[in-house]
Amino acid sequence: MSLQATTWQTVGPFFRIGLERLFDADIAGVGVEGERVAVAGRVLDGDGLPIRDAVLEIWQANAAGKYAHPADTQDKPLEAGFKGFGRIPTQDDGTFRFTTIKPGTVPGPNGTTQAPHLVVGLLMRGLLRGLVTRAYFPDERLNSSDPILGLIEPSRRATLIMTPSSEHANLLHWEIRMQGEAETVFLEF
Amino acid sequence: MAIDPAGAWGLKGAALSISNYRKPFLGTQPEFLHTPYASSIKRAPQKPLVAIPQTLSEVTGPLFDRDAQHAAECNLTRSATGGEAQGQRIAVSGRVLDENGRPVPHTLVEVWQANAAGRYLHRYDQHDAPLDPNFTGDGYTMTDELGRYRFVTIRPGCYPWGNHYNAWRPAHIHFSLFGPAMATRLVTQMYFPGDPMLPFDPIFNCTTDEKARNRLISQFDWETTIPGSTIGHKFDFILRGADATPMEDAHHQD
Repeated sequence: MSLQATTWQTVGPFFRIGLERLFDADIAGVGVEGERVAVAGRVLDGDGLPIRDAVLEIWQANAAGKYAHPADTQDKPLEAGFKGFGRIPTQDDGTFRFTTIKPGTVPGPNGTTQAPHLVVGLLMRGLLRGLVTRAYFPDERLNSSDPILGLIEPSRRATLIMTPSSEHANLLHWEIRMQGEAETVFLEF
Repeated sequence: MAIDPAGAWGLKGAALSISNYRKPFLGTQPEFLHTPYASSIKRAPQKPLVAIPQTLSEVTGPLFDRDAQHAAECNLTRSATGGEAQGQRIAVSGRVLDENGRPVPHTLVEVWQANAAGRYLHRYDQHDAPLDPNFTGDGYTMTDELGRYRFVTIRPGCYPWGNHYNAWRPAHIHFSLFGPAMATRLVTQMYFPGDPMLPFDPIFNCTTDEKARNRLISQFDWETTIPGSTIGHKFDFILRGADATPMEDAHHQD
């Protein structure tokens, strides 16, 4: 039996009504192991203007590199309270901010190791289907051997790597640009 | 190291076997840039997406089992204070299946919509139509063991928008589903049969495959219509399914 997946449609400008219940900018709750980080940034359109009606959906492993999901059969610890999911809307000025822990490494294809990363889904008015990208951590030696970053042309890889803040330790910056020279790399799989 | 194009791979010591979710059939999903839909022009990515293999990060995703106990009855027509929403009461029901026809059980279905006058309870919505104090337009439910879902609401109104001269959105209900993985995420809109606005709506028409597009239109259904009370509409969701091609045993690839 072969059916065709339902066609996507845009989330539109009024998604807050239905999606707000699961808005959560604190991805790793109390009692979750790991290095705490805050991530702050903006979502910008093709004119460089802030997008006030976007929503990010973050998915990540815990500090041991295990996802809270039955398909992850690795023999690694998983805290009972760890979900690894957060949904964050942008504000009127196009900014977003969330807190989490730096995830551990997870396996990649053919016995490779993936560098710590966040999977980031992106929905907004004007996007007829959702986009997915990734956010990697700065000064991470595994970035250079990450099997996914390795598929991206070197000049564009920096769009997926968060930058450290000069003001605060453990604060990372990350801008999502929909278009332009520094357009964020979006992934399909 | 070469990426295994089949996406199935073995891992020494952990023996993880990853199966692929299928790619979409040509034309059955929208392109990002659809110029009749003005909002896509400054927001659609201009560079091609980068194809990556499906790894553990893509074949896992959030599960919402905790919501199951609260989701037995999803009725948008009653306010918290017990008031009744204005409008034609409808029941929307159907199944969530994967592309192999298998039910997707215990998955979250989020819904939101305009009221019967075509107005959203949202500060961005400035449409000059009345709000309904008894209707918020939001709800959620979970599919059961057989992938079935059902909720009761009112038929939303059409509303004007600024996309082009005299533009009106056809009546629609927004849906958000996760399925078992990040790869199975789906956000879509359900429409109503016979809506005269459908041929003119750039969002509905953004998908080139006509059959795929028309599957976004719900069907009137006698079996779920409640005499004297509620008109039934059927609507099934199909999420990406695992590729039917059997994978090599991951252990043998080491």
